[in-house]
Amino acid sequence: MKKHVIVIGGGPAGMEAAGQLIKNGYDVSLFEKDKTTGGHLNEWFKLFPDRRAGSEVLDYYKNLISGKDLKIINSTVVEKVGQSGGSLTVSTKEGIEHTADAVVIATGFDLFKSTRKEEYGYEIYDNVISSADLEAMFRKGAVITSEGKTPKNVGFVHCVGSRDEKVGNLYCSKLCCITAVKQAIEIKEHVPGTKVYCFYMDMRMGGAYYEELYREAQEEWGVNFIRGKVSEVSESINNRLIVKVEDTLAGRPLKMELDMLVLMAGMEMSEAGKKLASLTGLKTGDNRFFSPADHHYGSNRSNISGIFYAGACTMPMNITETISHARAAVADVIDYLKDSKR
Amino acid sequence: MDKFGFAISQQRQIDFEANRRDIAEYISEKEPSFRVCIECGCCAATCTTGNFTPFSLRELLILLKRGENDKVRDNINKCMLCGKCTLVCPRGVNTRNVISLAREAFQDRIKNAV
Repeated sequence: MKKHVIVIGGGPAGMEAAGQLIKNGYDVSLFEKDKTTGGHLNEWFKLFPDRRAGSEVLDYYKNLISGKDLKIINSTVVEKVGQSGGSLTVSTKEGIEHTADAVVIATGFDLFKSTRKEEYGYEIYDNVISSADLEAMFRKGAVITSEGKTPKNVGFVHCVGSRDEKVGNLYCSKLCCITAVKQAIEIKEHVPGTKVYCFYMDMRMGGAYYEELYREAQEEWGVNFIRGKVSEVSESINNRLIVKVEDTLAGRPLKMELDMLVLMAGMEMSEAGKKLASLTGLKTGDNRFFSPADHHYGSNRSNISGIFYAGACTMPMNITETISHARAAVADVIDYLKDSKR
Repeated sequence: MDKFGFAISQQRQIDFEANRRDIAEYISEKEPSFRVCIECGCCAATCTTGNFTPFSLRELLILLKRGENDKVRDNINKCMLCGKCTLVCPRGVNTRNVISLAREAFQDRIKNAV
């Protein structure tokens, strides 16, 4: 009889893990809390650093999982994984229990809620938007202010909810810098002639072709980079946004008027993941993400045998890393099920 | 005698060996959060004094760490201790206490000299 593996979460990590497990001949069920699979990828119009369409990656997943023997259970929240007599029991919010030989947790991340940085005025000033809101504008093909006008001056604030002790997140979310660079270029593309300014603490361009895109943003698109963390945002009498920052390289405070301000929201452990961790007894780190058994050679293993992690539920990851991490989780599952005597 | 516009230029580089960093060390010991500053400038951006006078807390903190104490001593008393910088600091540096300790350290030095 085929071994049954349950995957929790239908974003890129979960879909990848489920798809690879099916290929390896397992009976796989995928639980997704939303109506459809895809996760955050559904919201993203284009991806960094090559600016390919997000839908291309979704198409890859369509080929990977559709038409296969995969059971997808949508609109279902998993709350707990229990152990009983050598197998695992996955309980949904409705109290229905499913038995599995192994479980892959792929609950991903939540975007930082920018309202928590009140001084930036999100949901107070209409033209302060988040990176996700801007992506939605790109999807619609219309970058416009709340007054329906074309923005002439747009700012990007890096590190919103990341590297910030005041919101309890000491870690770097890693993807926001490159997302800002990508979106800055796209603003220039959508609205030629717009001036774009990125306010950063450090430009963390660690991925493949990130630094090249940063250079392209300066060289070909004329995006301006100002080193300083924005301290506060206010509104002028004619409804324009006023940003206060220190231009640390010039060594003087700087004030700027903008038509639109984009907050680069960081990544946090998902609420669903937090609940799952506490009810199941899974270890989490100081950063609140799931804490793998070993950060070097056991990044897919949890503290409970038979439960594995895939993707951004363990730390901020881009899609490439997520896919690699999910495949590695599958390798661990295969290893585990081969050794177990069930 | 005519001067022909020549002058002896002062050394511009930070003389790391000659500079004394004991004040920075004193502050670090009493207020360890001083060590985690990353010079983002959020403090200086929100600073009322800095918006009207040539005063940058960010600059003063790095000068202290480099032992460029003269510029700090001349400027540190401009701060009104309102504490807004402490509220906005993403690294959780207790900037207000850093300033108080710096003042204390400069004061002690004067006493010792007497």
